[in-house]
Amino acid sequence: MQFDQGYDVIVVGGGHAGTEAAHAAARMGARTLLLTQSLESIGQMSCNPAIGGIGKGHLVREIDAMGGVMGRAADRAGIQFRTLNQRKGPAVQATRAQADRSLYRQAVRSILDEVPALSLFQDTVHDLIVERDQVCGVVTGMGLELRAAAVVLTVGTFLGGTIHIGDHNRRGGRAGDGPSIALAERLRAMPLRVGRLKTGTPPRIDAASIDYGSLDAQPGDDQPVYFSRWSRGDEHPRQVPCHITHTNADSHAIIRAALHRSPMYSGEIDGVGPRYCPSIEDKVVRFADRDGHQIFLEPEGLDTREVYPNGISTSLPFDVQIAMVRSIRGLEQAHITRPGYAIEYDYLDPRDLHPSLESLQLPGLLLAGQINGTTGYEEAGAQGLLAGINAAARAGGLSPWVPQRHEAYIGVLVDDLTTRGTREPYRMFTSRAEYRLHLREDNADLRLMPVARAYGLISDAAWTAFATYRDAIEAERRRLEKTWLRPADLGDDHGTQRLGQPLRREQSLMNLLKRPEMDYATLLSLPGAGPGPDDPAVCRQVLIGARYDGYLKRQSDQVARQARHEDEPLPADLDYHAVAGLSAEVCEKLHHHRPATLGQAGRIPGVTPAAVALLLVHLRRGRTRQSA
Amino acid sequence: MPDGTICAVATPPGRGGIGVVRLSGPDTAALTEAVVGPLPAPRRASMRRFAGDDGSAIDAGLVLWFPGPQSFTGEDVAELHGHGGPVVMDRLLQRLLGLGARLATPGEFSHRAYLNGRIDLTRAEAIADLIEAGSESAARAAVRSLQGEFAATIDALVQRLTDLRVHLEAGIDFADEPLEGLALEDVTRQVEGVAAEVATTRQAAGRGQQLQEGLSVVIAGRPNAGKSSLLNALAGRDAAIVTALAGTTRDVLESYLHIDGLPLRVLDTAGLREGGDVVEQEGVRRAHKAMAAADRILRVVDDSDPGDEALPPAEWPDHVPVTTVYNKIDRSGRAAGESAAGLAVSALTGDGMDALRGHLRACLGADDTEAVFIARRRHLQALDAAAGQIDEALAAARAGAGEELIAESLAAAQASLGEITGAVSTEDLLGRIFSTFCIGK
Repeated sequence: MQFDQGYDVIVVGGGHAGTEAAHAAARMGARTLLLTQSLESIGQMSCNPAIGGIGKGHLVREIDAMGGVMGRAADRAGIQFRTLNQRKGPAVQATRAQADRSLYRQAVRSILDEVPALSLFQDTVHDLIVERDQVCGVVTGMGLELRAAAVVLTVGTFLGGTIHIGDHNRRGGRAGDGPSIALAERLRAMPLRVGRLKTGTPPRIDAASIDYGSLDAQPGDDQPVYFSRWSRGDEHPRQVPCHITHTNADSHAIIRAALHRSPMYSGEIDGVGPRYCPSIEDKVVRFADRDGHQIFLEPEGLDTREVYPNGISTSLPFDVQIAMVRSIRGLEQAHITRPGYAIEYDYLDPRDLHPSLESLQLPGLLLAGQINGTTGYEEAGAQGLLAGINAAARAGGLSPWVPQRHEAYIGVLVDDLTTRGTREPYRMFTSRAEYRLHLREDNADLRLMPVARAYGLISDAAWTAFATYRDAIEAERRRLEKTWLRPADLGDDHGTQRLGQPLRREQSLMNLLKRPEMDYATLLSLPGAGPGPDDPAVCRQVLIGARYDGYLKRQSDQVARQARHEDEPLPADLDYHAVAGLSAEVCEKLHHHRPATLGQAGRIPGVTPAAVALLLVHLRRGRTRQSA
Repeated sequence: MPDGTICAVATPPGRGGIGVVRLSGPDTAALTEAVVGPLPAPRRASMRRFAGDDGSAIDAGLVLWFPGPQSFTGEDVAELHGHGGPVVMDRLLQRLLGLGARLATPGEFSHRAYLNGRIDLTRAEAIADLIEAGSESAARAAVRSLQGEFAATIDALVQRLTDLRVHLEAGIDFADEPLEGLALEDVTRQVEGVAAEVATTRQAAGRGQQLQEGLSVVIAGRPNAGKSSLLNALAGRDAAIVTALAGTTRDVLESYLHIDGLPLRVLDTAGLREGGDVVEQEGVRRAHKAMAAADRILRVVDDSDPGDEALPPAEWPDHVPVTTVYNKIDRSGRAAGESAAGLAVSALTGDGMDALRGHLRACLGADDTEAVFIARRRHLQALDAAAGQIDEALAAARAGAGEELIAESLAAAQASLGEITGAVSTEDLLGRIFSTFCIGK
């Protein structure tokens, strides 16, 4: 049966990748359908109730600068905000919020409902429609054929999911939803490389059964910040604290005694789990000398009594979970509302994707989120945004957006995934970004809004406001560079005192601002230096630019050096064995990774600069022959 | 390949009287002028003095200037024709690197020429060969440069730097985890430690002194096999003794020789034998140490004493090639010259000594020497870059700048050292972080 008039873009899945993808595509004007198993679980946070963090907060700000959903939803749902790394510099400062699950879902749903070109539909997807090697639609569980110019698949852990609690296991998606077995089998039959990963969650606890009096509280920041530049500043709900407790020697003894019943250690699970998010049984085994591990008790919301004990994800049998939880201070009387579990799921090797997230083998199919081997709402949302933009671009005949490593964490993310692939659930860290000083939360808008504007994601009014802000920064920078302070201008001892040290020769205000001890207010208080811009955000940008100046210049030199052959495309059917001089090992690596560009090839571990030079010679020769 | 102005020795490595250093790239004119003064007219040879960074003369020779695009590579190119021999060539390169050039990668001149359309299509295959062969011999040379103490200190340095980065990066990326991180004072102290270690390593690497030593040849054998007379005979004729000084050890004597411009460090060791008094045993121990670090061992056998060839093979280090020299043929009556078994010489009469010199040149060959020189120069360049970046980290730490800035400079330093030891990838670093700290609250 045919249904409706057809769409430009179909997005399968209503999680964090799916909602961003559908929202972005529809905002670009593409007629978009979001297909999900359950409309109620759109925007569901199926793991811990928090958004952001170091590296992840950066992604949220980038999604936001591109007009995305996550930052705005988190502002409306955030019940505790903290800026992490406050004692370190601006590049590594990051925002993290505890979110109310139910408020978050509502916020996502209402943001989606604002977009006229977006329709929602509740059904499962059983198959892809493939014609002439291109994906051009989906077949749903009730047999509907839905056609579109591009299909974005964001089915998360639903693909071939198996849930483990002790020695019980069953097929299932996360948080009580059914798995997509039919689709998983269909994808396994396609020429895509499939791997298996695992992740886990802790048992949830009833807040009424927790003895908070015996625990330390961790409040949020006094001045909670906002993720979104689109938020007005009055969206935050009531703010609440988290609490901290620890496992102890008793808890560890209980875990050790039950290890043989853990599917992790009995060999039941063969998926690879993340090293940075180990289960409590993993921590006890690997760090045997530790007599305690910290647990954050995170409220799941303002109106729910459920608490997420972050730090004890486990797949031990339920009776062991109860004993382990009750051995912990404050949780002696704890009532578990749902058990912790490990979930194994299929992912598709992201090296089979273009950096635009479109499949190499199946044009018209884009993949985003956990299906690509990542973990985390933010990583999923960032990919969803990118896939949504590129799906709409495909439908509208625009060239795809391929963010570069020096432009955005989204660029680092897709380059890492599509160049190197991943063997564990991939999470963002700032140490993955070689241009970390430039890729900051505070300048995500300056980096990305021009791109968003070019793809039609920014309204005229918003663009005008942004342009004013950007111009003000540039004007202030020029003013500080052109305003000079002479020793005589300081006049009395007072000026010198404010400066901290005597002025030996004439200096521009910009040079003075580069001194580590100088702050903006002091600078503006010097004779002839004021009054300066009204917008403190403008001053902050100028100050950060001055502090990082030398480092940023060096980074942009590096970018320019590497840019020369970065985009030189490598044909998908390139026969690496025919490239003269390549070693067998390098040949094998290139064949396996199928890099899209020469730049990507050079970032594959083991591919030497000499090999890149040989590839370049080979490409030039091929081109000359063709044109001759 | 990355851009920039590149330089390399353009003449075939060896004992030629003339050696040519070639430069190509946008800064060629400025770099050349810094060394030779005003540029000569294009494509006209002009005699100049090549000045070192302190103004002293490195050499004197011809300069040629080829402004792009009418040049071999299509870029601005200059050639400095000096006296051949690795030491002069190396000093010239060192000077140009100090001015901001970078060592060309194997085949890079031809590669640039090709990309700029100065070499036609038919030669593409040849360039591929050049890059491949050059990369292989460079890799071999790099391994040779990285033997002995230099390698050990570099390894220790990389280890220490990685440890520090593991702590810094963990502190940045996992600030919300309860890690036993480093306080800023600890970071500063550790960066100071690394900076001191780099300084030591640079000193150890010798800033040129090590280069001038050349490859080391150890003369070893039983007592009275004629080791010292062989050294004297080697040093005797046209080979000039550059220095001769008592070694750091009581019983290993070092001499620096040039054979046709090939610099050699020759170590004469104590006779190898069992027993002996404490002092003699110490001498033997040191002789073994010297042999283990040598590029080649000349095993001297007294050809007039039939029992002398019986030194147990276990005493020779596995990884060092050995040439057997049958000495005293004036007494044994064996014919002088090279055979499958080794070389027959008389240190006393000089018979066979030319053959021995020829043998040393051939097997320590000018090829090898030059490649190792270049490799070592590359390594020193990387070490210098790392030193600068670590100093920058130290300055940032002392000024109380953000840890992300210290981390930035240390990451750059690690990338520089990675050119010597192989890169430490982000994945490696994260792996170290996850095995060091219990991450995952």
